[in-house]
Amino acid sequence: MPPVDASGRRRPSRAPRTPMPERDPIERARDFEEVALGYSEEQALAEADRCLQCANPTCIAGCPVNIDIKSFIARILERDYAGGVAVIKERNALPAVCGRVCPQEEQCEAACVLARKGEPVAIGRLERFLGDFDLACDLEHRCQPEVGPDSGYKVAVIGSGPAGLACAGELRRFGHAVTVFESLHAPGGVLTYGIPEFRLPKTIVAAEIEALAMMGVELVTDAVIGATYTLDELMGEQGFDAVFIGVGAGLPVFLGVPGENLNGVYSANEFLTRVNLMRAYEFPKADTPVRRGRKVAVVGGGNVAMDAARTAKRLGAEQVFLVYRRSEEEMPARREEVHHAREEGIEFKMLCSPQEIVGKDGWVTGMVVTDMQLGEPDASGRRSPVCVVGSEHTIECDTVIVAVGTRANPLLTKATPGLEVSSRGYVLTDDEGATSLPGVFAGGDIVTGSATVILAMGAGKRAARAIDRYLRERG
Amino acid sequence: MFPIVHKRQLSESVFEMGVEAPQIARKVRAGQFLMLRVAEGGERIPLTFSDWSVEEGWIRFIFMRVGKTTHLLSHMEPGEALADVVGPLGTPTHVEGLGRVAVVGGGVGTAVAYPVARAMLEAGNEVTVIVGARTKDLLILIDEFEEMPLKDLIVVTDDGSAGEKGLVTAPLARLCQAGAIDHAMAIGPAIMMKFCAQTAKEHGVPCMVSLNPIMVDGTGMCGACRVTVGGETKFGCVDGPDFDGHLVDFEELMSRQRVYSDMEREADAEYSKECRCHL
Repeated sequence: MPPVDASGRRRPSRAPRTPMPERDPIERARDFEEVALGYSEEQALAEADRCLQCANPTCIAGCPVNIDIKSFIARILERDYAGGVAVIKERNALPAVCGRVCPQEEQCEAACVLARKGEPVAIGRLERFLGDFDLACDLEHRCQPEVGPDSGYKVAVIGSGPAGLACAGELRRFGHAVTVFESLHAPGGVLTYGIPEFRLPKTIVAAEIEALAMMGVELVTDAVIGATYTLDELMGEQGFDAVFIGVGAGLPVFLGVPGENLNGVYSANEFLTRVNLMRAYEFPKADTPVRRGRKVAVVGGGNVAMDAARTAKRLGAEQVFLVYRRSEEEMPARREEVHHAREEGIEFKMLCSPQEIVGKDGWVTGMVVTDMQLGEPDASGRRSPVCVVGSEHTIECDTVIVAVGTRANPLLTKATPGLEVSSRGYVLTDDEGATSLPGVFAGGDIVTGSATVILAMGAGKRAARAIDRYLRERG
Repeated sequence: MFPIVHKRQLSESVFEMGVEAPQIARKVRAGQFLMLRVAEGGERIPLTFSDWSVEEGWIRFIFMRVGKTTHLLSHMEPGEALADVVGPLGTPTHVEGLGRVAVVGGGVGTAVAYPVARAMLEAGNEVTVIVGARTKDLLILIDEFEEMPLKDLIVVTDDGSAGEKGLVTAPLARLCQAGAIDHAMAIGPAIMMKFCAQTAKEHGVPCMVSLNPIMVDGTGMCGACRVTVGGETKFGCVDGPDFDGHLVDFEELMSRQRVYSDMEREADAEYSKECRCHL
């Protein structure tokens, strides 16, 4: 138990934030095993002991799904880990995932009282500790949310990414029959095809999905809604009473510069899908190939760009450049991932913008870039980059990976008459996820554009509550 | 799992396979494609539907044994099952109101020409089919075409072992020259589609082509299948597979189709080491 003062009150530790044990950068940059190893019990206790257990915990409001952070940390201090898991799972079904990939530094940890004076409590790492504790238990000893009495209603969830999984879990808790439809052969959405093994092991994703199956959620893979089944058919002949659309924003954006279709130019989506979902890093043992570039230029500054750059390094690239048109300060990627990338030898070319991809005999040989200067902040609040005249130069490379974002994939929306979308193809909803079609709800990246795993999960849960109300009110 | 219900060898390296997939069968229209995975760890490959039955709930496709995946596929038999079949994907071929059409099928592309010609006939067009292959043994579906109420069926082989000797562009040029067609549609190797489109263009005849770029997911998610059409980047999987042949950058398509040639050879070599009997 933590130390107590004469009055019997606990005195929080004033130790510095407990560092995350990580594998050596040189070693880890050669394989796909996980980089961050997770806290030991001792480390978790030491870190939990830094929590002030504030009377008015501000961290909770910083969490998009309002996990009772104070309580789960208190459970850790009491060494009641199962109890801690249960606290998290009241709000978030995927602690082992969110503990790894949430941008905690901008959410709960930014709102931690200790952040004002220095280092906030490592809330994300503690969440991961509990999530991993849960997954290490036998399936029957894991924290299982209770499933409500059978409501008699059937809900279809389209897409098995974070939004869909969160929605499915919540709907099942309410007692509805839930079927999740996935277009790929494996569930998990971006957790499976997008986020690399070294940041989020696939076994973790699989275990979380297994837990949903235990709750009775049905999963149908290889089903493209809008092609294999239309939304009308789901709600008509297939008898679903409501539908949740959580298909993500899976349509890669390219740069629109000459040479973009040369061989060796990838979208980050393609590159990461080949490696993560299709396990191309095991080629020829796995059948799907991917080019192993010698000199790779990755364009972009988000987490996906970091993932692509670090993946290229692991495939054996001698040099990987990260090309971003603003400065490091404006990069949307998590600091931790930027730090990891730099440790692994990724070379940052900041204030640098691609103008053209050049090649020979159909293959990429380089990328012409210009230096940029930062001007006034634009609509996004980031300072907009301006070309420095006459600064053109060429980066020699044999592979280019474009990681500048995604747009709404129109496959489902185009095949669904009456479903209102924005001018950019995103599904229009009210605050709770209701679309223009009765009984049809949506959430996650297909509504908001590219965001984070936890925001998508929050949207999925909100929609689940709205679906529940819709079904019960409809009678 | 998707049970195999039919298999037929059409030539030395070309096979027809039927799979039970009632939910897909009810949706297919001519020109659309599927993605399949033979087994766990396998590649996702796109293949175009050659036939389907809504009543009996099956779909068929025709493939040529070229790389490891199609080799594995060629060794599968009815009673076994494919791990994954996804579809129907892509935009169906436009078949309405074309008038007099020449459908050109080259090599294994003939498999796609078959449902396309059938759909064009059903839509009330007058259809001439030109089927081409390197040699007589590689011609496929000739009997099936012969049973169709076509205006004409023209068979061409490179070596003259069946039908006319030469390339499919010769009869296509003749039809164009004679003013006998209003539209052309070419399905086959990229180089054949390129020359068909060029031939048609010379005579001012519109020519659609059905492209076969490399794909991973087939739903617009990865962007692997991008092709330049009229100076714009399009995705073969969702914007196509059919495009205006006069506008397609075929050189780029052919170059992009070769991205993994060396790695495919590596995979084949590994596979043949494991399994000498099959190659």
